[in-house]
Amino acid sequence: MSAVLEKPRPEHGTLPSRSHLDWLESEAIFILREVAGECANPVLFFSGGKDSIVLLRLAEKAFRPAKFPFPLMHVDTGHNFPEVIAFRDARAAELGERLIVRSVEDSIRRGTVKLRRFDESRNAAQSVTLLEAIAEFGFDAAIGGARRDEEKARAKERVFSFRDEFGQWDPKNQRPELWSLYNTRVAKGEHMRVFPISNWTELDVWQYLSRERLEVPSIYYAHRRPVVRRNGLLVPVTEITPPRAGETVEELSVRFRTVGDISCTCPVESVAATAAEVIAETVLTTVTERGATRMDDQTSEASMERRKKEGYF
Amino acid sequence: MSLLGEIERNAPAVGDLGVLRFITAGSVDDGKSTLIGRLLHDTRAILQDQLAAVARASSKRGQEDIDLSLLTDGLEAEREQGITIDVAYRYFATPRRKFIIADTPGHEQYTRNMVTGASIADAAVILIDARKGVLTQTRRHAAIAHLLGVRHVIVAVNKMDLVNHDEAVFERIRKEFLAFASALGIADLCFIPISALRGDLVVERGEAMAWYRGPALLAALEQIEVADEAGMLPLRFPVQLVVRPGTGTDFRGYAGRIESGTLLPGTELVALPSGQRTVVRDIVSLGKSLPLAVAGDSVTVVLADEIDVSRGDMLADPKRPARTTKAIEARICWLSTQLLAAGALPAARFVLKHTTRSVKARLVSLNSRIDVNTLEQQAAPAGLAMNDIAHVTLALAQPLFVDSYELNRATGCFILIDEVSNQTVAAGMIDG
Repeated sequence: MSAVLEKPRPEHGTLPSRSHLDWLESEAIFILREVAGECANPVLFFSGGKDSIVLLRLAEKAFRPAKFPFPLMHVDTGHNFPEVIAFRDARAAELGERLIVRSVEDSIRRGTVKLRRFDESRNAAQSVTLLEAIAEFGFDAAIGGARRDEEKARAKERVFSFRDEFGQWDPKNQRPELWSLYNTRVAKGEHMRVFPISNWTELDVWQYLSRERLEVPSIYYAHRRPVVRRNGLLVPVTEITPPRAGETVEELSVRFRTVGDISCTCPVESVAATAAEVIAETVLTTVTERGATRMDDQTSEASMERRKKEGYF
Repeated sequence: MSLLGEIERNAPAVGDLGVLRFITAGSVDDGKSTLIGRLLHDTRAILQDQLAAVARASSKRGQEDIDLSLLTDGLEAEREQGITIDVAYRYFATPRRKFIIADTPGHEQYTRNMVTGASIADAAVILIDARKGVLTQTRRHAAIAHLLGVRHVIVAVNKMDLVNHDEAVFERIRKEFLAFASALGIADLCFIPISALRGDLVVERGEAMAWYRGPALLAALEQIEVADEAGMLPLRFPVQLVVRPGTGTDFRGYAGRIESGTLLPGTELVALPSGQRTVVRDIVSLGKSLPLAVAGDSVTVVLADEIDVSRGDMLADPKRPARTTKAIEARICWLSTQLLAAGALPAARFVLKHTTRSVKARLVSLNSRIDVNTLEQQAAPAGLAMNDIAHVTLALAQPLFVDSYELNRATGCFILIDEVSNQTVAAGMIDG
């Protein structure tokens, strides 16, 4: 991956040049403010992951000194990394914003989520809990940190992405999106998913985290962790993901590029201890963020698209 | 190569020029997918697992070579049918700039998709097959790019390897295109002979066309200057939100994006529609004061006087304010699959969204339909079908603050939303 490395803006001069991060930041702030200006009851998904950490900084820049015009929400699969959950709670408290947590566990108790095995990945089950929460609070817009560079189906999604009354995405019938004139209109029961950092890449996110000196959960940086090698991935050894018979447990220096559900998120080998070192590794990487780390996307060429149609985030 | 060496290689020699958005236009056989694949591949934006997935998918279809078009076909139905349904966005970066490609496919929804992609594009790369020369489609691509205000057009004459890299072929195509394009008045036009398949003059220069002295395609894209265009225009600041923290503070700021011009403390402003004048007291961003903000910046502005301003209003240059109007003449592109018959105009209900302002609107008349292939106008059309472009007159329930699209894209564009279905049915560009 090649890189535009950040150069500080000039202090003086006639028209200062705007770096690519300035451009991306300004676009995302504009989108967040359009949500606040046009949607009656929005919410922002905050998982404690790096993309949603960026969203919170952008929201600060969009709305401070006022409070955010929406609460934060996380759908907890019950299989999240404890470091990330602790970070999530600490960051929400630090910002003084309201955090709603809804858990897949509750949907299982209600019987709306049925797992075939106790250790089955709960990643796809999140969609059910998510739609239940949207209905519970009557949200008409849900802001998320998805990026178009993550996955092929996402590359075709709008910034304001319409969901019907069943929470479904219809990729073949999306509203045309021109200029930055977003059509935010929905009928009762329908909602919008809004993606302010659609145009950011993994590298942009790390450059922004570095520029803004934003903290991220410790597992985004190199640490020693027991893993097993499976299908070309490093699978972390946890209670939920024990080693299989015949597999050898190794302790390696690794970091996570994404921090989703434990059952489907893998780290990569790394010695990067700072954002700058992660940027250096990202410039050199030969495998995409999801390709290196997600077991769930490898099941079929279209697995993300199918999950998204069912209401996945 | 060592890590440090690689970082140095990627470090900016001339500074970060920000973001350039461009569209690629060409028919299926012009090699558009191959060109995009080439740009992504040679700038290292395609990674091993993506290439491996494409190779798997190619061989599943019985293709021997890796089909780079599969990189851009994101949806299941597209891969099944071997077609591209919708606009897709691709990203790559060089040490100088980040690039966003709006990849707009051909076939029957072409105009609608290209209009969508072109609406945000700073530049258009129009592909011509060297063996075929300028086609009807080429003229359509140039016309749409120009209609949508794309200032910079690069004509890439592709498949030069199939015409023996012959300079005379390139020259003939260049002259033919120029004859057509000079009638349009494209501001910045350049021609580059390339072979997307072999990579000649895309990212690397190659050696096959030493007679060509200009930049390779990527270098040409890197050199395009876009930053100052909006900054030089009169101030336009559509207000998105009033920021009022409430209890314990009397802070009141106006949040929005500077669409054109510049702002600094002391800048004189007029608020539209009230007509009240004031000056900028402060520009704030997360507790800090900014000495200057330019077109494209999202900021919060604090004014010296308490005046009546809310979402949908505009702060503008008092010497050259936007035109306040309840009637507009515009060109629109009809985007909906539903036909709009001229006889149905009185009953049709629209919401028009312009900058941060939404107003009820009525289509008063369809004045003429523009044939995008010939640019000929047909008076008083019977109706509008998807992909049609027409001159229309609109009446608005409340005033808008507009400029002509040609002068200022951000304050000259609008969308029409069907009030009943909530669908976006048309894209509009206001006449001067």
